[in-house]
Amino acid sequence: MNKPTAREGATPLRGRNIKTIVNAGLARRHAAERRFRWYGLIAISLGLAFVVLMFANIIGKGSPAFWQTYIRVPISFDAAALDPEGKRDPQALASADYAALVRAGLRQMFPAVEGRLPLRALSALTSSDAAYELQRRVQDNPGLIGTQQEVWLLASAAVDTFVKGNIDRSLPEAERPLKDSQIEWIDQLRAAGKIERQFNAVLFRNGDSREPEQAGIRGALMGSFFTLVVTFLLSFPIGVATAVYLEEFAPKNRWTDIIEVNINNLAAVPSIVFGLLGLAVFINFFGLPRSAPLVGGLVLSLMTLPVIIIAGRAALTSVPPSIREAALGMGASKLQMVGHHVLPLAMPGMLTGSIIGMARALGESAPLLMIGMVAFIVDVPKNFLDPSTVLPVQIYLWSDLPERAFVERTSAAIMVLLAFMILMNGLAILLRKRFERRW
Amino acid sequence: MQPLLLLTLLLLSVGAYHLGRKRAFAVAGGQIRNLHSLPGFYGFYAALWCGLPALAVLALWAIAQPGILVNWVVAGLPPELQNLPPDRLNLVVNDLKNLVSGNFVSSASDPVMVEAANRYRQLRAIGNAALWVAVLSFAIGGIAYAWRAISPALRARNRVEGIINLFLIASSTVAIFTTIGIVLSVVFESLLFFRQVPVSEFLFGLQWSPQTALRADQVGSSGAFGAAPLFAGTLLISGIAMLVAVPIGLMSALYLSEYATPKFRAFAKPALEILAGIPTVVYGFFAALTVAPLIREIGAAVGLHVASESALAAGLVMGIMIIPFVSSLSDDVINAVPQSMRDGSYALGATKSETITRVLLPAALPGIVGSILLAVSRAIGETMIVVMAAGLSANLTANPLEAVTTVTVQIVTLLTGDQEFDSPKTLAAFALGLVLFAVTLILNIIALRVVRKYREQYE
Amino acid sequence: MSTTAIDTQVALNGALNRNAPLRQSAGVQVTDYENRQTVGKITVDNPKMVCREVNVHYGQKHAIKNVSLDIGANEVIAFIGPSGCGKSTFLRCLNRMNDTIPTARVTGQIKLDDDDIHAKEIDVVQLRARVGMVFQKPNPFPKSIYENVAYGPRIHGMVNTKAELDDLVRESLERAGLIKEVEKRMLEPGTSLSGGQQQRLCIARAIAVNPEVILMDEPCSALDPIATAKIEELIDELRENYTIVIVTHSMQQAARVSQRTAYFHLGDLIEIGDTDQIFTNPRHKLTEDYITGRFG
Repeated sequence: MNKPTAREGATPLRGRNIKTIVNAGLARRHAAERRFRWYGLIAISLGLAFVVLMFANIIGKGSPAFWQTYIRVPISFDAAALDPEGKRDPQALASADYAALVRAGLRQMFPAVEGRLPLRALSALTSSDAAYELQRRVQDNPGLIGTQQEVWLLASAAVDTFVKGNIDRSLPEAERPLKDSQIEWIDQLRAAGKIERQFNAVLFRNGDSREPEQAGIRGALMGSFFTLVVTFLLSFPIGVATAVYLEEFAPKNRWTDIIEVNINNLAAVPSIVFGLLGLAVFINFFGLPRSAPLVGGLVLSLMTLPVIIIAGRAALTSVPPSIREAALGMGASKLQMVGHHVLPLAMPGMLTGSIIGMARALGESAPLLMIGMVAFIVDVPKNFLDPSTVLPVQIYLWSDLPERAFVERTSAAIMVLLAFMILMNGLAILLRKRFERRW
Repeated sequence: MQPLLLLTLLLLSVGAYHLGRKRAFAVAGGQIRNLHSLPGFYGFYAALWCGLPALAVLALWAIAQPGILVNWVVAGLPPELQNLPPDRLNLVVNDLKNLVSGNFVSSASDPVMVEAANRYRQLRAIGNAALWVAVLSFAIGGIAYAWRAISPALRARNRVEGIINLFLIASSTVAIFTTIGIVLSVVFESLLFFRQVPVSEFLFGLQWSPQTALRADQVGSSGAFGAAPLFAGTLLISGIAMLVAVPIGLMSALYLSEYATPKFRAFAKPALEILAGIPTVVYGFFAALTVAPLIREIGAAVGLHVASESALAAGLVMGIMIIPFVSSLSDDVINAVPQSMRDGSYALGATKSETITRVLLPAALPGIVGSILLAVSRAIGETMIVVMAAGLSANLTANPLEAVTTVTVQIVTLLTGDQEFDSPKTLAAFALGLVLFAVTLILNIIALRVVRKYREQYE
Repeated sequence: MSTTAIDTQVALNGALNRNAPLRQSAGVQVTDYENRQTVGKITVDNPKMVCREVNVHYGQKHAIKNVSLDIGANEVIAFIGPSGCGKSTFLRCLNRMNDTIPTARVTGQIKLDDDDIHAKEIDVVQLRARVGMVFQKPNPFPKSIYENVAYGPRIHGMVNTKAELDDLVRESLERAGLIKEVEKRMLEPGTSLSGGQQQRLCIARAIAVNPEVILMDEPCSALDPIATAKIEELIDELRENYTIVIVTHSMQQAARVSQRTAYFHLGDLIEIGDTDQIFTNPRHKLTEDYITGRFG
């Protein structure tokens, strides 16, 4: 055994005390360590702060929108004005001048108001929906005719904004949407308890509108619903089938390699490119109608497909091979093995992935702009071909509008959207927790 | 569509399944062991024979019927209408269709049109009736065929599995067709565009004003399609986003994987990932209504002029959006570094931060680069934030306080107006789409390859 | 062959509480399988490390039960025992590597020279610079061969000039018997070496900071016989300058390289003594069963 001779040579550390060398640098090194740790903590706190900030910002802006200002107006459902012929003919009831009833009611509360302009200012306290509200009530219950009722009527957006404290009364009259006289009336109404905030059912009952106080998300919600139904019906079966094929049946060759690379790349293609595809192929080539949930669903399902496939494959690989071997060993065909054993075990994972994919599709807006789901649509869509918009696009449309009342409603719509996202993701987490298996 | 017919077909198929099973029992003399396959497979065999051909007929019919109907109705129109130029004729047909579906149209009083609409309705009713007959006869014919074909020797399982296999293979090609569809649609329209605007001008031109005029004699009617300011704007905003996202995302990932207690990690990791689940339109709203005014006020306070739609606001918010993307990808990458590396370093007396910066990060570098590339591609393709918070003016500037526009903003702007599909304006959007698709594709391919190589290194 | 092994005297370290009962029994032959008191002499004349009543818990699991032993200066001591017996766990106590496992809890006293390694004024960084470690699987960093060896001196600020560092790296590689093989390829990645070379690189990396003790956790289990022989030869040479604690599952290896051997069984230190005596004349039935191959 020849021992290394270098040991006798000059070694840099020979004779030096390791303890002192190391101790000399300790303070500096520990300071660096603490610094680094702080950077990490700061980074993660920043990230979490953004989450909190965004939620606080949106909830702060949006929660007032769930309450809407109403004014209690005495209405006399004058038979002479509504139904002069007394036949309760629906046509006649529909076309009567309900706005006049509202005006009369307001005048009754403020009899001192005279003149064309002041009267117009007075009737501007209520929304134009007030007349339709009366119409609906009479149509539902013709017995109202001839009676005198106190009715809560929707206030105009300006009144609502003022009541919520978002209009500064110290501003010069010309710079605020309410005149001095209107503010005075509101104060009087308030003092008399004839103005109050009620739950904003309009938001969930109406489609879009140019008047903020009448604008609702019903149309967008139904549009989202129809779009997602199409998306799910297409992407789930195809996604599961693809995952099963690639994971269980496909031979490992060039072709399946291409499919795989392709799916991974599709997952990272910008969503707007899918919109271009939808516009060029579905609308221009196949001539499907613009703005239809069907087309939106088609585009979104192509986008969601990679997500479902990737999640599905992960779920399939987590099923241990021993189960497959056991099934094949019992003489099951490959398809029976997959259908009876592997797929049921992988299903919770696949559903989890699909729900997450659907949540993403629900929040997607860019590709839908391309296929025309960005129009101003008042009517609530009733089927897969009606022109419609979806919730995120509705948010986009409203966010462009300058009125304070729309800012509020936009935030409220965002809250509804986020609630759905949280619900879906929560469901996915629940599913995973419930069915998670450790092999 | 014909929901009732589909439902009937479904019921028939269910019936066919039971018939097939029964038949299999019957031909086997009640002894399953005489059969080649389990009776259920004979049931499926019959159900498939009942459903598939009928479904194919239904699909073909649904595609062909509207065109044929229109042809027939047009053939019945007076000659002076028939001989209209194609685009005018299209208008007439549209009117007709509106009339048929009961919408109010200007030609409602025209007796010719009313008559044609009636004819259309009539023909459609006949067509639908014929469809019912055809589909049902195919379905029943299929059942009859299967009934005769079922014998103990019939390899029903193999047949059924063959069909299912076919379905699986067909499904897996959808992704391929999607890619082909994307490529074809953007390339085809782009070629049309490049016939009008040379490629070099599009890629390197410094002037972008796609507002083509309505009349040919108006000023600026030709429009300018130099997209360089768009690319610069996209890069500026993405750059700002990465400056926010990479340090925060990477440091968060390091903290969570190396320092955080399991409890803190279990709370903070999903909390951070909430950012990834928030729809981009929400970020856009946040950027446009909260961050942009805030930056402007801060700018005003220190005497800087900040555009109301500054690149900074859009970039900052986009950066926030990408944080969880960077952090979760980096987290995966860092966790893929084997524990033995950390142990080796700790055993030599290294502190945690020394281990991280000198061992973990160099070891994870390729993977981290890959995830940053993926994040860049995500930033470049992000649409809603910039549509809502960045401007429309195509400034060529590196100043983050000015307004810039991006490729995605222009695509949306060009395609959401009412434009003819063939105008250079619309086509320009597809050319931009092509650039966007190509760039993100290249980034993704490189990134995925780098990450994959990296993973293999430690497997 | 040592005859002092029959010694039943318990030499308590002065720093220890003299009243604390030290579980150590002796006798001619312990045939009682249930008897888990340590057989043999745990103390040495010139101890480098002194461990008393060390207990390790992993969560609920009691992995090391009241183990006391001395590690002599410039000796090679081998820890043997069936897998799961706690020998690696105990080894990891000696440079506080168990600190990196959140659920692990270590109690008892471990001294390096006169320093209690758990004491406040002893920094774990300093401890690990003094007590180096080589792992079961070679784990070179994904850096060049040179950088692998230079890593320790660099982080501890042990050298001031590049020339000094060069010397130190060369010398460490030389001591690890690797210099001839890597002289020309210092800048190639450490992972490009063969398994045995990688393990010697890890040894070079450990000795570059000139530690007092080197812990080796089954250093040859991932190596072929030839590489193993080289490492064993190296261990023998290193003994001159370092104290070496080696965990091994191979009794032959323990017999070849070590002077003393400790036999662990399910977290208990069953028997400790001179290697020759343990292998030729085990005094505990469990040791005998293990050595004769009845289990393990």
